[in-house]
Amino acid sequence: MLDKRMTLDDVVDQLQDGMTIGIGGWATRRKPMALVRALARSRLKDLTIAAYGGPDVGLLAATGKIRKLIFAFVSLDQIPIEPHFKAARQAGLPVFELDEGMFHWGLRAAAMRLPFLPTRVGIGTDLVDQPELKTVKSPFDDGETLLAVPALRLDAALLHVHRADQQGATLTLSPDPFFDELMARAADKVFVTAEQVVPTAQLDMAANTRFNLFERALVTGVVEAPFGAHPTSAAPDYQLDLDHLKTYAASAADAQALDDYRAAFVEVDAKAYLAAVGGEARLRALSAPAY
Amino acid sequence: MSDYSLAELLITAAAQAWTNDGEVMATGIGVLPRLGASLAKATTNPALMLTDGECLYTDPPTPPGRVADRAQAEGWAPYDRTFSTLWGGRRHAMVGPVQIDRFGQANINLIGPKAAPKVAMLGVRGFPGNSIHHPNSFFFPAHNSRAFVAGEVDYVCMAGYNPARYLDGRKPAGLDLRIIVTNLAVLDFQGPFHAIRVRSLHPGVGFDEVQDNTGFGLVRPDHIPTTAAPTAEQLALIAALDPQGARKTAFKGDPPGDRRQA
Repeated sequence: MLDKRMTLDDVVDQLQDGMTIGIGGWATRRKPMALVRALARSRLKDLTIAAYGGPDVGLLAATGKIRKLIFAFVSLDQIPIEPHFKAARQAGLPVFELDEGMFHWGLRAAAMRLPFLPTRVGIGTDLVDQPELKTVKSPFDDGETLLAVPALRLDAALLHVHRADQQGATLTLSPDPFFDELMARAADKVFVTAEQVVPTAQLDMAANTRFNLFERALVTGVVEAPFGAHPTSAAPDYQLDLDHLKTYAASAADAQALDDYRAAFVEVDAKAYLAAVGGEARLRALSAPAY
Repeated sequence: MSDYSLAELLITAAAQAWTNDGEVMATGIGVLPRLGASLAKATTNPALMLTDGECLYTDPPTPPGRVADRAQAEGWAPYDRTFSTLWGGRRHAMVGPVQIDRFGQANINLIGPKAAPKVAMLGVRGFPGNSIHHPNSFFFPAHNSRAFVAGEVDYVCMAGYNPARYLDGRKPAGLDLRIIVTNLAVLDFQGPFHAIRVRSLHPGVGFDEVQDNTGFGLVRPDHIPTTAAPTAEQLALIAALDPQGARKTAFKGDPPGDRRQA
């Protein structure tokens, strides 16, 4: 039987400088943060990161990993402004920015192996001034001028799921699946972190088909990472940790604050991380946030 | 003595945005627009669909600051479906940008130069798509010339009635800007060529004060009505829709709706 299990460091070893990497989830929900922290610890550099951004983008920006950001927003939701992203952008971080729906469209184009998909989204805005976007004329009688959203091909996608088996079959149990399926299809390699890696039978796939977002054939590697989305949520297993997100946000105050945060929460192994953020019982008891 | 707050006046004014929309998704970003949408559903337009801000439609609407009561769920609104909904036009959002200009172009992305902004904020989020696919209204809790800017906004996230930016010289078919609710007045786009017009003035506010706090010229009708005060029935509904009192912290000190009584 196929066995795609690996460690966080094994995933990092399969990535290279300069790659374009998509990160799944949305803002403070179901971000593969254990893997993001592994990237932050690594020697990888000059990455192009594509994400519906939250602390994943912020942490990689703060640790100098991002050469270019492809994004529609970066936010911590309940803390609207992501402070590390804010600092990086104000310092001139190169970006390709898209509307949320255009970003989805770019992933879909890549998933369909198309060069672009047409849209009206962006017309009338400053997005159209970016060199990455072109116009295209409808070949039909309407002759309308549309925008062409280029395919967002990814060298790798990093996704967090609730359950996986060793072959890469996954269940994403959260209330909103976001665009992880399209990221998986847009990427050459897909690495998933899972709350639990279980025997296939325990996925109860016949009952859970709607939580299986993509085929195992797309998955390159599976890492068991309990609380691997923390401080973002992996509901229903656990909710986002607003107190920790405040601690994280405060790390943008100055260089010393960032060094302290990295020492306590980034340059540590999984066991030390869990202890540093208050332990399993605390994380299981986090209450659901209001939006 | 007025018996309503500024927040309650603005909720009532915001609610009018959705009166004639029929059965659409109503999205109010921020406490007061969200309560405005909730009030519209409770009064003039019961067909509206509102989400909990995450991914469930609930009926009745989920109060600000509360997690959805799952027993009240009536539909699913993950982001994928929300994009499909908005591209189909069956939505009316009221959003709170940082800047707006005379064309109705709006900005939540950045202040200053694009390459290295003075202040980086959110990104464009879903504003570009929203702006040309379904009706949009706006909410500004602090009406001043930093928000209502001269010239164009620093980054056009939402398309407005600016022909210089239209492709093919045609207004995008779905571009439909409705009202702007502020702490001073309600504005709309019913001036010549969609110019921004004062629709009503809040109790105790004059046209000149609104114009002085706006970075571009406003259309001044011969007669400007006073923004309607909430009725006792509306106030009772607002209290029921906001049991945690989130509206009371929208403005420092929760000032009265008629400023002459402040």
